[in-house]
Amino acid sequence: MPEQLAFALEVTANGLMAGVLYALVALGFVLIYKASGIFNYAQGVMALFAALTLAGIIDGQVPFSHLINAVFGTDVHYFGWNAPAFLAILLTMVVMIGLAYAVQRLVFRHLVGQEPIILFMATIGLAYFLEGVGDLMWGSDIKSIDVGLPQGINTWIDDTTFNSLGYGFFIDNLDIVASIIAALLVIILVMFAQYTKQGRAMRAVADDHQAALSVGVSLNFIWILVWSLAGFVALVAGIMWGTKSGVQFSLSLIALKALPVLMLGGFTSIPGAIVGGLIIGVGEKLFEFLIGAPFLGGATENWFAYMLALIFLVFRPQGLFGEKIIERV
Amino acid sequence: MKLKLTTLALGAALAAGPAMAELVFPSLSYRTGPYAANGIPFADGYADYFTLLNERDGGIGGEPIRMIECETGYNTEKGVECYESTKGEGALVYQPLSTGITYQLIPKATADGIPVHSMGYGRTSAKDGSVFKNIFNYPANYWDGASVAIKHLLDINGGSLEGKKIALVYHNSAYGKEPIRTLEELSKKHGFELSLLPVDHPGQEQKSQWLQIRREKPDNVIMYGWGVMNQVAIQEAANIRYPMDQFIGIWWSGSENDVRPAGDKANGYKALTFHNVGDDFPVFADIQKFVVDAGKAAGAGDQIGTALYNRGLYAAMLAAEAAKTAQGIHNTKTLTPAQMRDGMEALEITEAKMSELGLPNFGPEFTVSCENHGGNGLVAVSQWDAAADSWNLITEYVQSDQDVLKPLIAEDAAAFAAESGITPGC
Amino acid sequence: MFYREAGDFSTSYPEDSQTFPIKFDRYRYYLVLFTAIVIIPFFINDYWVNSLFLPFLIYAIAAIGLNILVGYCGQVSLGTGGFMAVGAYACYKLMTSFPDVSMVILVLLSGLITALVGVIFGLPSLRIKGFYLAVATLAAQFFLVWLFNRVPWFYNYSASGQISAPERTFFGIEISGPNTQAWATYLFCLMFVIASAYVARNLTRGSMGRKWMAIRDMDIAAEIIGVNPLRAKLTAFAVSSFFIGISGALFFAIYLGAVEVGEVFGIQKSFLVLFMIIIGGLGSIFGSFAGAAFLVLLPVALKIVGVDWLGWPTDIVAHLQLVIVGGLIIVFLIAEPHGLAQLWRVAKEKLRLWPFPH
Repeated sequence: MPEQLAFALEVTANGLMAGVLYALVALGFVLIYKASGIFNYAQGVMALFAALTLAGIIDGQVPFSHLINAVFGTDVHYFGWNAPAFLAILLTMVVMIGLAYAVQRLVFRHLVGQEPIILFMATIGLAYFLEGVGDLMWGSDIKSIDVGLPQGINTWIDDTTFNSLGYGFFIDNLDIVASIIAALLVIILVMFAQYTKQGRAMRAVADDHQAALSVGVSLNFIWILVWSLAGFVALVAGIMWGTKSGVQFSLSLIALKALPVLMLGGFTSIPGAIVGGLIIGVGEKLFEFLIGAPFLGGATENWFAYMLALIFLVFRPQGLFGEKIIERV
Repeated sequence: MKLKLTTLALGAALAAGPAMAELVFPSLSYRTGPYAANGIPFADGYADYFTLLNERDGGIGGEPIRMIECETGYNTEKGVECYESTKGEGALVYQPLSTGITYQLIPKATADGIPVHSMGYGRTSAKDGSVFKNIFNYPANYWDGASVAIKHLLDINGGSLEGKKIALVYHNSAYGKEPIRTLEELSKKHGFELSLLPVDHPGQEQKSQWLQIRREKPDNVIMYGWGVMNQVAIQEAANIRYPMDQFIGIWWSGSENDVRPAGDKANGYKALTFHNVGDDFPVFADIQKFVVDAGKAAGAGDQIGTALYNRGLYAAMLAAEAAKTAQGIHNTKTLTPAQMRDGMEALEITEAKMSELGLPNFGPEFTVSCENHGGNGLVAVSQWDAAADSWNLITEYVQSDQDVLKPLIAEDAAAFAAESGITPGC
Repeated sequence: MFYREAGDFSTSYPEDSQTFPIKFDRYRYYLVLFTAIVIIPFFINDYWVNSLFLPFLIYAIAAIGLNILVGYCGQVSLGTGGFMAVGAYACYKLMTSFPDVSMVILVLLSGLITALVGVIFGLPSLRIKGFYLAVATLAAQFFLVWLFNRVPWFYNYSASGQISAPERTFFGIEISGPNTQAWATYLFCLMFVIASAYVARNLTRGSMGRKWMAIRDMDIAAEIIGVNPLRAKLTAFAVSSFFIGISGALFFAIYLGAVEVGEVFGIQKSFLVLFMIIIGGLGSIFGSFAGAAFLVLLPVALKIVGVDWLGWPTDIVAHLQLVIVGGLIIVFLIAEPHGLAQLWRVAKEKLRLWPFPH
């Protein structure tokens, strides 16, 4: 097999994996937008907060230790325990559900019926707030998470492709695990939305708030449920990205990578997030390989992802799978 | 009534009294934001050294030190705000630890007459003191680093890099682009092939770049990264099984934060440095006694001895020595910024001085002069030992290739002088 | 009882249709202008100008620009940082290529160049709406930042990629470069702010503004009654980018003096200006000022209180800044979703009746 073709295949495979990771972040956005029409700018910060909490619980950090030490002059930092990963994940989930409840109760209950841009602004305020609280609680140095996910090159794929194609592909084990987990997550979410009572209630709320209220669906409960699900997705995304690059402030910037995915797939579609992610992942990596690195000097991935999504949008203004925007005069 | 008022007024005037005679050193630090993990140890080291001087010696030459810390978050606008709010307090020297903020301050501080010490970062051509009268970047700059990296590779490869491939992985910003010109000149001189791989801020995603390295198989990779880009790069290099001892980072890519996440796989990674590593120096015993045990350590006290902490310590030490020199030249205990600048320009660091301070063999020897604000370009290479969890110097201090660098620096300084209407002169 | 229009009769059409019909409003406006132009320059110093006034004035111009696009025409745009970068780099190239031309002309030219770029990147708005358009303008943001980083012609082939503003004077007084006086830079920017606000206010009160608002409210209906959506949307992008370009040029040349595009004009700048207009109030010139003031002054005030007065560690204060700003945004939105401008309007309404309750 000619070398360039093998390289291109490798880049495509890696692009698919990268796309799945983007889609994981985009899923959180889609869930909340579908159910309540809110574009949740704070999704990236939620992923950061979830990862920080997880790292803090695993290491046995005292929350707000810096603040407590500054105010009371003490010198406490750690509780001294080392929680097992599974327990820590459960506890973090409890915290995220608590956060969902607080956000719903204190913020969005008072903003029912407002314009989308006002709700967007409220999530921006939430993002600032959560970032500050996350830093105060757990500190702003880099933390590493190790929940037992494998990292490093997958030697089986390397050997097989080398033997058959003459060039060993590099596929990271972590990416493979992330793809499997993301696929499972999507299947579970889609099944939840289609086949369970709460899932149907969620789709009803997404369709028409008033009508859902009139058939007896509790809006507040559904919104808390949706925010908790988004929190869970944020936690999974935070674990994946945190294992790759450590838990620190830049983790919240992964939300920016998810935006072209949302544009392409449509803001309201769960399968759209996955398909959009795959297209963006492959598109940007292939472009960088074919044109970006050789001719444009590299580092083109960021803006090409948006350009690609823009091109798709010109032909389908609501994204590939998004709800067609029907306007009546 | 009137008497009471005048008494009160008089009392207030007397209480205000003569201005506190202090040496003011502002610390433009970033303990928050995307580079907090690297900014915190540097700021800790900087603060701890001045605290040590105050506690142990009563200041510099008997004059107490006041360190004002201002949070910039590595943001240029906040850097300007910090500068404006502290310059009126009698600030003697600014060390912004950010190339972006340094570029901001170069014209402003020069106009206000306050020196800036951009140690191993900032604008490289500030080495030319005849153009950049208030800016100092001793003991080494980015171009020195690139050149010494190549010299080290020449050393390993028996004196010739003919036909070899060297890749530069760099942060896609002014900082990362610094070595490109120098490396291009050196590639012409030594005959190696240079390939450039930019990484977008913040550098969390480097798959494409490292896949390219895996395909092209360069003999060596040089890295100019900062923040999370470093640890992701080292992790990716470990993932593609790139031999770590062929991977050299600049001093800002050589801290414990960058190598520890990859664990054992980072063993053998090399980084350039212009100061020594570890905490096996007498001064650390003093720091333990006067600062940590007295509860005055900046931050949490867990960064002592790390590479960036040592760098902050070194920066503070150089500032203190320059202040001492200034006190000597002008025969005064309290200093103005102009006097501090003179002290910096007359600074001489010798092995004897460093040993006296409890830092034997901590850095290279150098002298500062009006023409040369950047030291002699002496840089060493250190290597990470994952098992021992420490850096070790593996070479002596080597001088960079002055034949290549001198004309480049002169050219860049002349361009700046022409653009800003400065007449160079000493 | 002093905020009434009783007894205030207009005797000509211009008088009848002026911006501030009530005498009290007019005098208040003159008083603010007087304070800003005549009184403040005497009390200003380097710190105030560089940390508070210049950012406030410059962001106010950017906020007015973005408000025209988002608040009046309803096209959400997140490309503000990229357009400010266009203004800054255009100003830099013009300053270095034409050193003798007056700064005012150069800033206006930078604005025109940015308007052109804005129109090009505004073309997708003809097809894409709502939040999708917002994300599409991010393409402009990232592409422009990449472009200014990649193409050496933009930064005059300098080794570092940063651009620095050379010294320039205006009527013999220095306004750019390091040796400027606080009052000179303040007045120079104030001049642009007053002109921008004047132009924006009158544009939005005129037929152009009504066309924009028609597009915002219901663009299909607007098209039916004869508003050309292509013209309206593209002129909104053009005018908005003009103001944003001016603010970018001033940001670079007068305020910062040296700029590195990735760090200064990144996406956080786009979000910041958007936050300003949402907090201040969409579709309101006063709102642009209020939002800019809120987001510029509040962090500095918190820092002064936290670090200088209370002496807390700098990183805790920085984190608390985020917490308080975020919390205040949420509180404001719950109390008054239409922003500070709405609060101001409500206050004025109440004042119209005061001291009578109904």
